[in-house]
Amino acid sequence: MSSEIQVLESAVVRFAGDSGDGMQLTGSQFTTSTALEGSGLATFPDFPAEIRAPVGTTFGVSAFQINFGARSIKTVGDHPDVLVAMNPAALKTNLSNLRAGGILVLDSGSFTKRNLQKAGYEDNPIGTPMLDDYQVIDLDISKLTLEAVKEYGLGNKEALRCKNMWTLGLMLWMFSRKREPIIDWLNKKFAKKPQIAESNVAALNAGHAFGETAELNVSIKRYQIGAQKSEPGLYRTVTGSQALSWGIAMGGELAGLQVVLGSYPITPASPILHTLSGMKEMGIVTFQAEDEIAAICAAIGASYTGSLGVTSSSGPGIALKTEALGLAISTELPVVVINSQRGGPSTGLPTKTEQSDLYQAIYGRNGDAPLPVIATRSPGDCFEVAIEAVRMAVKYMTPVMLLTDGFIANAAEPWKLPDLDALEPFKVEFAETPAEGEEFNPFKRDPDTLARNWGIPGVKGTEHRVGGIEKSFDTGHISYEPANHQKMTDTRFAKIDGIANDIPLQAVDQGEDTGTLAVVGWGSTFGPISEAVKAARADGLNVSHIHIKYLNPFPRNLEKLLKGFDKVLVPEMNAGQLKTVLRDKFLIDAKPLNQVSGLPFKIEDILSAIRAELSA
Amino acid sequence: MNEMTAPAQKLTIKDFTSDQEVRWCPGCGDYAILKCMQRTLPDMGATPENTVFISGIGCSSRFPYYMSTYGFHTIHGRAPAVATGVKLANPDLDVWLVTGDGDGLSIGGNHLMHVLRRDVDINILLFNNKIYGLTKGQYSPTSDPGTRAPSTPQGSIDAPLNPIAFALGSGARFAARTVDTAQKHMPGVFTRAHGFKGASFVEILQNCIVYNDATWAGVTDKSVAADAQLLLESGEKMIFGSEGNKGIRFNAASFALEVVTIGEDGITEDDILVHDETNLQLARMLAELGGQEGEPMAMGVIYAVPADTTYEHAVIDQVNEYKGKRSLRDMIYSGQTWTVE
Repeated sequence: MSSEIQVLESAVVRFAGDSGDGMQLTGSQFTTSTALEGSGLATFPDFPAEIRAPVGTTFGVSAFQINFGARSIKTVGDHPDVLVAMNPAALKTNLSNLRAGGILVLDSGSFTKRNLQKAGYEDNPIGTPMLDDYQVIDLDISKLTLEAVKEYGLGNKEALRCKNMWTLGLMLWMFSRKREPIIDWLNKKFAKKPQIAESNVAALNAGHAFGETAELNVSIKRYQIGAQKSEPGLYRTVTGSQALSWGIAMGGELAGLQVVLGSYPITPASPILHTLSGMKEMGIVTFQAEDEIAAICAAIGASYTGSLGVTSSSGPGIALKTEALGLAISTELPVVVINSQRGGPSTGLPTKTEQSDLYQAIYGRNGDAPLPVIATRSPGDCFEVAIEAVRMAVKYMTPVMLLTDGFIANAAEPWKLPDLDALEPFKVEFAETPAEGEEFNPFKRDPDTLARNWGIPGVKGTEHRVGGIEKSFDTGHISYEPANHQKMTDTRFAKIDGIANDIPLQAVDQGEDTGTLAVVGWGSTFGPISEAVKAARADGLNVSHIHIKYLNPFPRNLEKLLKGFDKVLVPEMNAGQLKTVLRDKFLIDAKPLNQVSGLPFKIEDILSAIRAELSA
Repeated sequence: MNEMTAPAQKLTIKDFTSDQEVRWCPGCGDYAILKCMQRTLPDMGATPENTVFISGIGCSSRFPYYMSTYGFHTIHGRAPAVATGVKLANPDLDVWLVTGDGDGLSIGGNHLMHVLRRDVDINILLFNNKIYGLTKGQYSPTSDPGTRAPSTPQGSIDAPLNPIAFALGSGARFAARTVDTAQKHMPGVFTRAHGFKGASFVEILQNCIVYNDATWAGVTDKSVAADAQLLLESGEKMIFGSEGNKGIRFNAASFALEVVTIGEDGITEDDILVHDETNLQLARMLAELGGQEGEPMAMGVIYAVPADTTYEHAVIDQVNEYKGKRSLRDMIYSGQTWTVE
């Protein structure tokens, strides 16, 4: 085997196998090793909704894609350069996306008659013209793994479970990555089962050694991908769910409030419940409620009592919380509502990503019920956005909808650790016992923010009653007066609209402030849009990228900014929701670019839409 | 309930009465319950600032507006969940939950079940008038079969729910029953509920004068009350009746409680069961008592067995066991990190 090492700027590797093959683990460990080398990276865990789908089926295929490079990486990559397919079903479902000429690593040991049948192959594709376009490395990984772990005395089934580590070893060799962090991790994870730890380490080493010594049937080069140029500092990888949970905890600290999370298990939002439940050291209280409604109601009860109520779910769960959200709007209590969006409608695509809950976030309640909506754009960004959501909630006494999605929730990226001491506190002050002869009015407003007084139980003299019935603007008592309802409705809107004066002006991410075409996005489409605009601009096209973080209210300069472009293109993983909101608010001819496949956009698709728009 | 610092000066009914005009129908049973609560709270040592009334939707759920304590009129059926959040945020508060047969057992049945099984330390008052009042008279989950209402002009079909049986089935550790007009009986039940550490469930037979008038007349009318109600006292024999000669006996053959008359068929006082509020099997039978002709309905504390701790205290204790052992910074900065020079 040639030991020549080719230096690459970036590469996309996709691990695909059966749900039980451990592909998510393989991918995340490859990610760890890659991150520690300082490469830029973006990951995409792509797995089925079934926990253990029938073995060998195409719908049971679980995949993990990583794009890494010696530069900043913003997307998971349009087409893998390397596809690892652990069984025929994984090949069947992933081959079409592999770059022509790309490397295909196959476990030929799993290409049995039965598995081929399950994947819908009549004949074994290995060695046929079907794979002619690729550099195929077909190895009996199953057999090689069994040999590698033989001495540890595992049963056949358990021994075969080390296949993923063997494969990982080979890939680490191929991309010149270190094994040590993974060996450390295996020894820690299986500290109580040394036999399993040793077997996995042996498989990992064997896979690596195989690359080093074996005569492969095709000439495979080794690759080297260096570190990206990043800002100096301490880094780690982070998933969206982690960063969001930490941001909520940080927001609670900055506000000086106890965080109480009410949540109910739902894909892909559950990791936030899990992460915060493991943060008792920071005093976080979590409550796994009996349902989505109880989850938000408990958060509202906690906020009424002077804690920071938070609830986290995905679209279907947010739908159930809707009535309670109205209560929080009506009683003007701070609650952070996190929506990790997934494919809809109804149960939809639980494990696939989409951003189709924007209408639900902005409009989806009975009555005129405005609330601020803010969206994250990448895993690392979640930390800051969560803090901002908490800040808005407590400063304006309002529920805030924080939109993230299944992609961001599970994806990982390198994250420069923030200087927590440099974050500006926004300590909450509760209403105090009124002076003798004065009466407490829970709906007395701050003249600047229009936020109401936050009086909490346990404090003498601020006793009050609130509820979902309309309240008198003057006293906070029940009021059915027509003019009062008009005034309260106007006030609720004015309060939320006024937040536009308290958020940064809309910036242009790439390109000029005026021009021919603005590509406008929000949420996790940031990466593909950014790369597509970069490529278009490199080709000399007049295009700018505007990424909107604050979706309600919009930054106050957004209208003027958008009107400075001849055309506006809005790529979204929905049927055109931001496009409609922009048209409604600004009467501009925003054009949609929609994809609802449950997958992130490809750069090339956005790029061709940009070209089409500019040549139209 | 919780240990609160007793107010320096004895509070009175005025200290618990808000300035809001009460808007229930004239003659509604709710008035009597409200008065009883306002009157009894000072005797319990409660203070307005540490007391929170939480309700859902329905006639009974307007209750918090008339108390000068903290109050939260929430949404239909969800008061138990809001109350749970309140207690998680501040376990030291005295929280009362006011609900009805529709709010608590229909739309909010799920939450009621879970707040009871979790044993959150709140006092739940379920006003049972066997009808939806605020929506103008539809039948409810406790309505008698055959109830003619706007939505059931030919009579309702479904079987009713027994609130106490529901509560015990959900794992409630305190269950009691009283009557809206029983101004002497109700304060004692409220006081016991308040004193109980854990979720206390109180069913109040309440009259809706407009849509279901006299639905409880067969139990609560002065002329029949003595024979139709069994006033429970733990440790006392279950004797009742206008003549004071009826009692409850356990029939081992039918495995049920039965009404017997002392002095007839050789029955003596020795045959009569002694109430034991810590006996769950007995409580379950007492919950259902009154379902058959000639049986009295059990009133008072049917079951009361506190647990070692309550839900919210257990949650907070668990948090406090770990709190402060690690900072957020340490957590974020832990794990595999690398430095870019």
